[in-house]
Amino acid sequence: MIWNEKIECASRDEMAAIQSIRLERTVRRIYHNIPSYRAKMQEIGIMPGDIKSVEDISKLPFTNKSDLRDNYPFGMFTVPMSEIVRLHASSGTTGKPTVVGYTRNDLQMWSEVVTRALCMAGVHKNDIVQVAYGYGLFTGGLGLHYGTENLGATVIPISGGNTKKQIQLMQDFGTSVIACTPSYALYLAEVMKEMGIAPGSLKLRIGIFGAEPWTENMRREIEAKLKIKAIDIYGLSEVVGPGVSCECSHQTGMHISEDHFLPEIINPETLEPVKNGETGELVFSTITKEGIPILRYRTRDLTRLIYDKCDCGRTLVRMEKCKGRSDDMLIIRGVNVFPSQIESVLLEISETEPHYLLMVERDGSLDVLKLMVEVQEQFFSDEIRELEALRKKITNAIQSTLGVSAEVRLVEPKTIERTAGKAKRVIDNRKY
Amino acid sequence: MKIKQVSVFLENKSGRLREVAQILGDAGINISAFTVADTSEFGVLRLVVDNPEEAFRILKERHFSVRTTDVLLVNSSNKPGALSQLLNILSEEGIFIEYLYAFTMNDDNAVFVVRPTNVEKCHTVLEKYKDDLNGKGK
Repeated sequence: MIWNEKIECASRDEMAAIQSIRLERTVRRIYHNIPSYRAKMQEIGIMPGDIKSVEDISKLPFTNKSDLRDNYPFGMFTVPMSEIVRLHASSGTTGKPTVVGYTRNDLQMWSEVVTRALCMAGVHKNDIVQVAYGYGLFTGGLGLHYGTENLGATVIPISGGNTKKQIQLMQDFGTSVIACTPSYALYLAEVMKEMGIAPGSLKLRIGIFGAEPWTENMRREIEAKLKIKAIDIYGLSEVVGPGVSCECSHQTGMHISEDHFLPEIINPETLEPVKNGETGELVFSTITKEGIPILRYRTRDLTRLIYDKCDCGRTLVRMEKCKGRSDDMLIIRGVNVFPSQIESVLLEISETEPHYLLMVERDGSLDVLKLMVEVQEQFFSDEIRELEALRKKITNAIQSTLGVSAEVRLVEPKTIERTAGKAKRVIDNRKY
Repeated sequence: MKIKQVSVFLENKSGRLREVAQILGDAGINISAFTVADTSEFGVLRLVVDNPEEAFRILKERHFSVRTTDVLLVNSSNKPGALSQLLNILSEEGIFIEYLYAFTMNDDNAVFVVRPTNVEKCHTVLEKYKDDLNGKGK
C-alpha cells in the first residue's frame, strides 16, 4: 500500500513545484529567525529573494553539526518555546548533545513520513509492531512508535534490550514486525537459537532496521536467520529522526520523503554538487519543519541518488545504502561515536594528550569497542590496584560520556603506531 | 634502609621482561631482587638495582613507563619465623603494607623489600626493631 499516493507518485515537475514553494518559505523563515544563518547568507551576499526554486538551493550556505552545538540548546529554533511540544537530543562531540525541538505540526509530519516508511516496508494496519529501538532522547523509539499508531497497526513499545523478554513477547503477542538495529536483529536470532525457538514458528515477517550502517551480506544473513524481509530505514535527528527515507519491498534504495526533506549530493571536498547519479555526501534541507528547520545540513553520510521511477510505483527519489562517512564518526551498536569524544574523556583523566587506539570489532552480531590507552608516566603507578582503578575510571567515563561500553586495555608507551607523528586513532575491523 | 625501587609497566606479551633485562644488563646495572605483579593483561615489574637513577634514565629513554618508588630494605636473619616476626611488628605498630617481597643474601641473612603506605612511619618503626630483626637483639 502507498500511504500518500498523490505525493509519493507525483511527477518530477509536480514535486519540484511543491519543493520550490516550501524551500522559499523556509529560507525566509530561517533568515528572519536565526541570526547565525542570516550572517552566513549575508556574508556571501545571498538574500531570501534570491531563492526562487529548488534550482537555487546550491546558492545557500551549509549547516554543520557544529552550528547546532554553537547555538546550544535552543538557538536554532524558529518558534518560541511555547510552540515546542517535544525535545529530542543526540550525543555530541564535546559532551554537549545536539538538541532538536518539534512543534505539534512537526510531530504530525514526522508520524506521516514514518507511516509512509512502514507502508513502503509492507506493514499494514493488521500488523503488530515491536519497537525495540530505545525510547527516550534518542529519536528511534518514539519515531517508529507514533508512525505505527498513525498507520493503525498495533505497537509494542518495549524499547531496547531485555532480549529474552523481546523473544517471549514475539511468541506471546504474535509480533509480525520488528524494528531495531540490524546488529540487534542478528543478536535476537542468536538468542532465539539458544532458547531453541525456530524463527519460522513465529509470526515475524518484516524487520525495519536502521540507526547504523549494514551491508547486503548482513541483510541476507538476517533474512535467512529470522525468515523475514529486512528493510533499511534511514534518518537522523537533525533532520527529523527515523523515516527520512525507507526502502520499499523491492529493496532497491530508500525512498526519501522529499516533499519534506530536500536531498542533494555534494563533493565533500569541493562542496560542489556532483553530477546526477554520482556518489558523494548527502545534504538535507528540511522544507516544512517549524521547530528547527535546517538548510543544507551536511549529514556526512556518503551515498548517491536515484531519480528513476521505482517498480513499486513511487517516484520519490531513492538513496542507496550509505557507503561510509566523510568524517571519522563511528556507529557502535547504533550509537554515534566520535574519536574526539574519547580524546576529551582521556584528557580529563590524564590532563595531558593521551595516546590511544580505538578498535571496533564484530563479535558474533554485536559491535565491540576496544580502547587501548598507553600508560604514560602521568598514569603510571606501581601499584596494581591503582592501575586497575585507572582502567575502571576510564571505562566508566567512556560509558557515561558516550553511552556505549568499551573494553579498556592499558598498553605500554609507543606501542600504538604513529604515522608521520600523528597516531592512527581508529581501526574498524567490522565487515559491513 | 630507605632506597629507590624501579618499577616498569609491562604488557603481558612474550619478550617484554627479556627486553628490560637485556637493557639493564647491557648498561651494567645489577639486579639484586625483582618481582612481577601481574593481572591478565599487564604487569608491573619491580626491581631493586645497584643504580636506580641510571636504570630509570635508560628505561625512560627506551620509552618504558617507569618510575621510582621509595621502599624499605629490612635486614633479617635467614631462619624460620623471620617473616612472621617482621609482620608481627608491623601489625602491632599499625603499619599497612602495599606489597612486600624478599631475597636471601646467604645462609644467614635475608632482606625484605617493603612498600608501606606510610614510608616514614614504617621507617621509624623498623629502626626501632632493627636489632631484633637481625637476630642481634635479646
